[in-house]
Amino acid sequence: MGEVIVITSGKGGVGKTTTTANLGTALAQSGSRVCLVDADIGLRNLDVVLGLENRIVYDLVDVVDGFCRLRQALIRDKRIDTLSLLPAAQTKDKTAVTPEQMKALTDELRQEFDYIVIDSPAGIEQGFKNAIAGADRALIVATPEVASVRDADRIIGLLEAAEIPPARLIVNRLRPQMVRRGDMMSVDDIVDILAIDLIGVVPEDEQIVVTTNRGEPAALIQGSRAGEAYRSIARRLKGEDVPFMDLEETSGFLDRLRRIFGQA
Amino acid sequence: MWTRNGSSKQIAKDRLRNVLVHDRADTSPEFMSHLRDDLMRVVSEYLEVGQNGVDMKLQSLDDHVALVASIPVKQLKRARQRSGNN
Repeated sequence: MGEVIVITSGKGGVGKTTTTANLGTALAQSGSRVCLVDADIGLRNLDVVLGLENRIVYDLVDVVDGFCRLRQALIRDKRIDTLSLLPAAQTKDKTAVTPEQMKALTDELRQEFDYIVIDSPAGIEQGFKNAIAGADRALIVATPEVASVRDADRIIGLLEAAEIPPARLIVNRLRPQMVRRGDMMSVDDIVDILAIDLIGVVPEDEQIVVTTNRGEPAALIQGSRAGEAYRSIARRLKGEDVPFMDLEETSGFLDRLRRIFGQA
Repeated sequence: MWTRNGSSKQIAKDRLRNVLVHDRADTSPEFMSHLRDDLMRVVSEYLEVGQNGVDMKLQSLDDHVALVASIPVKQLKRARQRSGNN
């Protein structure tokens, strides 16, 4: 029986879709059977991030409405044959699907896959409720900004209310140099404020823009810092104990001095 | 650059903490009523208080959030009247 993991954030634009694509890719690369589900009905995006946009025939709403069988709507990734995508509908809106239907859909997917990774839409309305309906656990994506962390806090409350086990946090787009000079909240700051467990830190990486342009998840590319971070998160999801990359290494003289004086 | 207090990271953390105090209180309807009930129970051990006219709220000040409570006091209890305070 597969496990259903929802990727959510509250705020838009923090990297949910990129995270879903890369985590799914990394999980599938390690041999697991993975189905990615785009739950952002009306604003389909996961297909283009994965480079699968030209292969869509049916979508999630077609499956739910009974226009096609689930298997017909799934797109198998040719680069990694254990990875599939269930695309969102582009022409409908979020009310086209109910939480009960999403739950039934994810339960069906559990029979075929080891991991079902759901890309949640931004917001806390019906699209979000649909996305979490069948989830066993949640990963929250937040960037080191006030608005993003604030929304993450709200989502944590809503997940608790929905009785989904404690979510784990992915800090995305961290810029270690800015953290070092005191102009960006550190991972510890964010974890301290949100009081949830960390599962990964993804550094800001220009390569994400390039790989997204090409429709090739960074997790496929050796040497990409962000890709490496996603592969580590995938291993932690599988229960491996993977040490965190030291992104905030304090190598400068000033940093060491601050530490000595207890200010760091 | 020597003092961290003025760094934008510290400002972000302070603003975030303050806004989350309100967010968490607002999104949990029972929060303020539970706090009020518990606080009144403790205060009542020391003071004879009026239940009417109690006002309790979280208020944003310049750089922090304060719990501001106004509780009408009728009488201060003598030490021997206080329960659980031997």
